[in-house]
Amino acid sequence: MSFFKKLKESISQKTETVTNKFKEGLTKTRTAFVERVEELILRRKKIDEAFYEELEEILIGADVGVNTVMTLIDELRVEVKKRKIEDASELQPVLSEKLIGLLKGDEDNKLHMEPSGLTVILFVGVNGVGKTTTIGKLAHKFKSEGKKVLMAAGDTFRAGAIEQLEVWGQRVGVDVIKQSSGADPAAVMYDAVQAAKQRGVDVLLCDTAGRLQNKANLMEELNKIYRVIQREVPSAPHEVLLVLDATTGQNALSQAKLFGEKSGVSGLVLTKLDGTAKGGIVIAIRNELQLPVKLVGLGEKMDDLQEFDSEQFVHALFAGLIQSAEGEQSDS
Amino acid sequence: MAFEGLTSRLQNVFGKLRGKGKLSEEDVNEAMREVRLALLEADVNFKVVKDFIAKVKEQAVGAEVTKSFTPGMVVIDIVNKELTELMGGTQSKLAKSNRPPTVILMAGLQGAGKTTSSGKLAKMLMKDKHRPLLVACDIYRPAAIKQLQVLGEGIGAPVFTMGDKTSPVEIARAGLAHAKEHGNDYVIIDTAGRLHIDEALMEELRQVHEVANPDEVLLVVDAMTGQEAVNVAQSFHSQLELTGVVLTKLDGDTRGGAALSVKAVTGTPIKFVATGEKIEPLEPFHPSRMASRILGMGDMLSLIEKAQSNIDAEKAAEMERKMRTAEFTFEDFLEQMEQVRNLGPLDQLLDMLPGMGKMKDMKNVKVDEKQISRVEAIVKSMTKVEKQKPEILNHSRRKRIAAGSGTSIAEVNRLIKQFDDMKKMMKQFSSMMGPKGPKGGMKGLKGMKGMLGKGMKFPF
Repeated sequence: MSFFKKLKESISQKTETVTNKFKEGLTKTRTAFVERVEELILRRKKIDEAFYEELEEILIGADVGVNTVMTLIDELRVEVKKRKIEDASELQPVLSEKLIGLLKGDEDNKLHMEPSGLTVILFVGVNGVGKTTTIGKLAHKFKSEGKKVLMAAGDTFRAGAIEQLEVWGQRVGVDVIKQSSGADPAAVMYDAVQAAKQRGVDVLLCDTAGRLQNKANLMEELNKIYRVIQREVPSAPHEVLLVLDATTGQNALSQAKLFGEKSGVSGLVLTKLDGTAKGGIVIAIRNELQLPVKLVGLGEKMDDLQEFDSEQFVHALFAGLIQSAEGEQSDS
Repeated sequence: MAFEGLTSRLQNVFGKLRGKGKLSEEDVNEAMREVRLALLEADVNFKVVKDFIAKVKEQAVGAEVTKSFTPGMVVIDIVNKELTELMGGTQSKLAKSNRPPTVILMAGLQGAGKTTSSGKLAKMLMKDKHRPLLVACDIYRPAAIKQLQVLGEGIGAPVFTMGDKTSPVEIARAGLAHAKEHGNDYVIIDTAGRLHIDEALMEELRQVHEVANPDEVLLVVDAMTGQEAVNVAQSFHSQLELTGVVLTKLDGDTRGGAALSVKAVTGTPIKFVATGEKIEPLEPFHPSRMASRILGMGDMLSLIEKAQSNIDAEKAAEMERKMRTAEFTFEDFLEQMEQVRNLGPLDQLLDMLPGMGKMKDMKNVKVDEKQISRVEAIVKSMTKVEKQKPEILNHSRRKRIAAGSGTSIAEVNRLIKQFDDMKKMMKQFSSMMGPKGPKGGMKGLKGMKGMLGKGMKFPF
């Protein structure tokens, strides 16, 4: 049966550094979330209303999302009745199974790249989530993989945004296509795509200004940027990544929905995940929006931006559970 | 994620209670579950919710509901009052040092909006004839200093920088000296964003705090923050002793439960809110409005205030008279449209109305500013006489208007038809309202309601 064993095997094939990055980055989430669930199950022997309520609070406290939590709890209630579970400890495997089910998906977490030729990646999101920083880090990553990278300074609105991207460009040794502050971002994108074609660039990373998803006009502007890119390179943008701040609460769902409508979001980048106990938002988004998380920011350093790997995520999150599951197996 | 608003939810719970004298504990429990969900959905921290519910429950058990047709409203009233109280006093002022300059330290997570808020704060102070100095202590994020410089330039406030090679502690010290020398009465220290768990950076912030000895330490919090808001506020508070909070990005569609969480764990007042990306002064925080917003009940009060400050009372009264007597002409129509537009972008206005957020989602009301300009163009293409006497608009006149406004005859026809309908409606309304009409301060509101209500019947 061992799901955990399979998981462990597939993890062990992956590089240790990446595994450690996930483990370290998710320490906070693990203590706040998984360990609290374990503690609850140990402390409360009986499954009663108070138990459910506490479980609910732990899950909501990790920003799992009210809707998802309510469904999960209802499902648990049904299972408990069906299997006539009375002891809280018997509930643990059921609960872990359900949680992992929510986290594990079959969708592709890899970035979708053009096999030969230009790949265009557009970054969108609300203000202050870390779009520019993510682009800087990603440029570094592609560059160190030996790819030719170009960045487009599409945030012509916020003071200092173009300069910020330029500093990143100097740091990682990547050119930035820009116009002056206040210019039409769609025009910047046009220039950038042309330049990328001429120079035979492999990856073009497009920055955009942060905007709140309920601002109709700004969302239209984003739509225009999207269309301009699409017109110049029909298969582009190959990825539209919505950058989300992991400390964001329920509003993340509204962001994903509205940005999705206007710019065809194809995946998510979750930033600042290391600082919070809120890996839970991954569950909420996955469950309610069916959008794959593609990249996660697990730290401040340049190489702390990692491709999201649901197996790694589950492994890092449920490290304790996996050990106990193994213990049970060797017993039997 | 369709959120129905607490009002309708509670009404469902209480619907079956009609006729009962007092709320039993069980009834209250059921209602409290709805309140709890509403608060959790608004991102209020679950611990804060728990305490809050306990408090409200106490008050709600045994509350008289017979007098009210809608027991739900009684509970909402209790919840609303309690929420408002929890969020603290209205309109906190900035502290002022006896020996200027007054020093304000801005702190918060990355991307919360510290630098933009610093600019807005400076602008607010300048409006009151103060001379703030902005000190750029964010040496980590690329071009953060540049951002502050551009903002300072835009509002005409001086910015003190020492590049990104000097330690923030030194910059703060030198910035303070600079302010004293140049006679600035306020010093706003913009710091780098940092995670509350980053010990090294928090230590640095503590040192800046020591050197600057600020009169105000403002925590800048993104209104969209989720459950983590509590931990963030707690650690910043324990290290820096916050004196206030600035809530940013409140113009988004978040319900902003973080405000409540932050207030509950730190006990420090939320002093200001920041909306919009343009550098405009910070706005004062209104607990009661925030309470309605968290509960999903719209921001009626802000709308009314906006209307009151923007709409000329005399004109409104005159307009109301015209509406009542159905003397309303295209000239008045144009004027009203301009007044409504002065209030701000229509979609933002609609957001403030209870229940409107939902309608917009349904795409029934598509607010299209361009369409409004088109309507405006049509009306402006009419002659003076035509505006006053719309009934003379015959086919050839309509054709001319269409050509003049760059629209089609169909569009002109539609507008005229709607205008007529609107007039008819007004007549009906005025007979309902009676000859006197509403009094005093309510006038603006009724006028607004009329305008918006009608406005929505229009093609925008």
